[in-house]
Amino acid sequence: MSFPWAKQYTPTNPVMRFFDEKLPLPRLIYNAVGAGYPVPRNLSYFWNFGVLAGFFLMLQIVTGIVLAMHYAANAQVAFATTEHIMRNVNWGWLMRYAHANGASFFFIVVYLHIFRGLFYSSYKAPREMIWLLGVVIFLLMMATAFMGYVLPWGQMSFWGAKVITGLFGAIPLVGEPIQIWLLGGYAPDNAALNRFFSLHFLLPFVIAGVVIMHIWALHIPGSSNPTGVEIKSESDTLPFHPYFTVKDGFGLGVALILFMTMVFFLPNALGHPDNYIEANPLSTPAHIVPEWYFWPFYAILRAFTVDFLFIPAKLLGVIAMFGSILLWFFLPWLDKSPVRSGHYRPLFRKFFWFGLIPAMIVLFICGGAPAEEPYVMLSQLATAYYFLHFLVILPIVGQVEKPKPLPYSITEAVLGSDKKAVLGENASPAV
Amino acid sequence: MTKLLSVRLVAILIGLGFAIVALYSFVLGAYSAATEEAPDHLPYEDPIDFAFSFDGLFGTWDQAQLQRGLKVYDEVCSACHSLKYVAFRNLEQLGYSEAQAKAYAAAKQVPGIDPATGEETMRPGLPTDYFPAPYPNAVAAAAANNNAIPPDLSLITKARGDGTNYVASLLVGYQEPSARMLEEHPEAAPGPGLYHNIYFPNLNLAMAPPLTSTGQVTYDDGTEATIEQMSKDVAAFLAWTAEPTLVKRKQTGWPVLIFLLFATVLAWFSKKQIWAAVKPKRQD
Repeated sequence: MSFPWAKQYTPTNPVMRFFDEKLPLPRLIYNAVGAGYPVPRNLSYFWNFGVLAGFFLMLQIVTGIVLAMHYAANAQVAFATTEHIMRNVNWGWLMRYAHANGASFFFIVVYLHIFRGLFYSSYKAPREMIWLLGVVIFLLMMATAFMGYVLPWGQMSFWGAKVITGLFGAIPLVGEPIQIWLLGGYAPDNAALNRFFSLHFLLPFVIAGVVIMHIWALHIPGSSNPTGVEIKSESDTLPFHPYFTVKDGFGLGVALILFMTMVFFLPNALGHPDNYIEANPLSTPAHIVPEWYFWPFYAILRAFTVDFLFIPAKLLGVIAMFGSILLWFFLPWLDKSPVRSGHYRPLFRKFFWFGLIPAMIVLFICGGAPAEEPYVMLSQLATAYYFLHFLVILPIVGQVEKPKPLPYSITEAVLGSDKKAVLGENASPAV
Repeated sequence: MTKLLSVRLVAILIGLGFAIVALYSFVLGAYSAATEEAPDHLPYEDPIDFAFSFDGLFGTWDQAQLQRGLKVYDEVCSACHSLKYVAFRNLEQLGYSEAQAKAYAAAKQVPGIDPATGEETMRPGLPTDYFPAPYPNAVAAAAANNNAIPPDLSLITKARGDGTNYVASLLVGYQEPSARMLEEHPEAAPGPGLYHNIYFPNLNLAMAPPLTSTGQVTYDDGTEATIEQMSKDVAAFLAWTAEPTLVKRKQTGWPVLIFLLFATVLAWFSKKQIWAAVKPKRQD
């Protein structure tokens, strides 16, 4: 679907006309991210992160393929081939640092993208499918990043793999067989390393496939916008190219400056020193911590310290950790407020800024900290709030809140008035 | 509508369930935290900041220092610690000529195969060889060192927090435990075969003080080999072994950042120009 006023692709060059008749790929690009895609004119810089996430996915695939040319997934030599890449492969250090920090930046931009989706409730009808596919992408990213971190076969690689696969051991009855099946043995070794490498190579292409569906689904209703009011007329929109290509280009420049600063000047700041020690099954690190982007979920896992009604604490933690992400799938049906944008939802906004965001920060800090007081107690309070926010507060606030009046249209929000509104063509602020 | 309402009712019940269990854990945890004594941490010190030449955004190697550090490693550390990811050919990066690196390698014995008999033997090193390990295997290393295997040093400065400063601090940090320390933390007294060091997280480590007197290593460039000087030099050398490309990395970073800054400024002005025509002119 597109808006009736969307520009049509009219190739003048005979070569492009030839292509357009036989295989309309240029037309697809034109309609997807070119002048043929009308976009709300009021998008803020929070709408840059989808493009940035796509960029970092591509960067990870390119650097990853180069690294795979020099890496060997064998427990005897994996650590040494990683050092070989760092020392002997031309520009290998740049490829590896770009890949390691690229993973962090991929998560940074995706977290900001999700943040945008939560604040502006981009998950609401008619965009449920975009949101669902986005959650699928996020789950695939987590699996890919976890398996990628195992590949250098350092101490954190090994012990991280052991802890995370150990989570499946918490499942009653079938847990242990599942854990052994996943690892191909009783502890992470060659079998686990090989399959993690295989899947780490495969999953990014699966992600790319789901990303295409994510963008496809986006083009059915078109982009959301900071007012949350749907597009009504041509004056509400601007063509994606050149207005948003240039805006995304500027955003990409800023992101690359930050990224390259990390790659060239602080390449190990986001990693753990223990991963420069080769994996040793006989020596447990003092604190086993996952990569920073898993800290909030790791904190939820560890928040459940006490058995409850005969359910072991470990199983509760595992259920809560997976549940904390899986509940995102239900958001479109939990938050039934007719208003999308947080700007027009005074009560929602209070819970969002003074509840959810502090809770996430607390969980992030506690996930990276050792399992000691006061971190455990803080993570328990934050975990309780996390679940209350999404499963209790969000459904209730949608019912009781009195939203602020919405602008008649995007045009009115941007220009101060919309002639059609003044003429009374459709005075009710449809959502 | 009733169906959707029931979705939300189920969600509210599940959410309350998770919150109650988390708060139940919190209450029990708070109770035990209030009634039990928290385990205390041994008061080890953060590393000293030695301000190495390669620190900071514009840092470069001090080649004379790296050469001195190599000599400390060669004469002291290499008795117990391997350096398995460094090849003799890499020494050319320290300012040695190809001939010097070759001569250095030839002076070392490395494991080889006798071409006549096929038996394992020792032969003089070649530039392509890697630094030989002091022990044939981990069992031998443990047996010779009171069961504590001396770690390979190639990556040691990356494998510890603030690693270069940590290595140098550790080498100068050996001292008798203070009376106050023993009073407050009786467990900080070194056990048999252990040595007290305020920069080591356990406060006691199995490595005997390796650098014990001024002039232990005779520097070729006439620098006075104090314990602190030797410690800094070998730490700088190990920073190089951990990341030989460190300086190249920083030097590559600047042109990249300057280019990106330029491109981003251009993108900003392009954006301003393209959007100028449609920028909102508020009518109120």
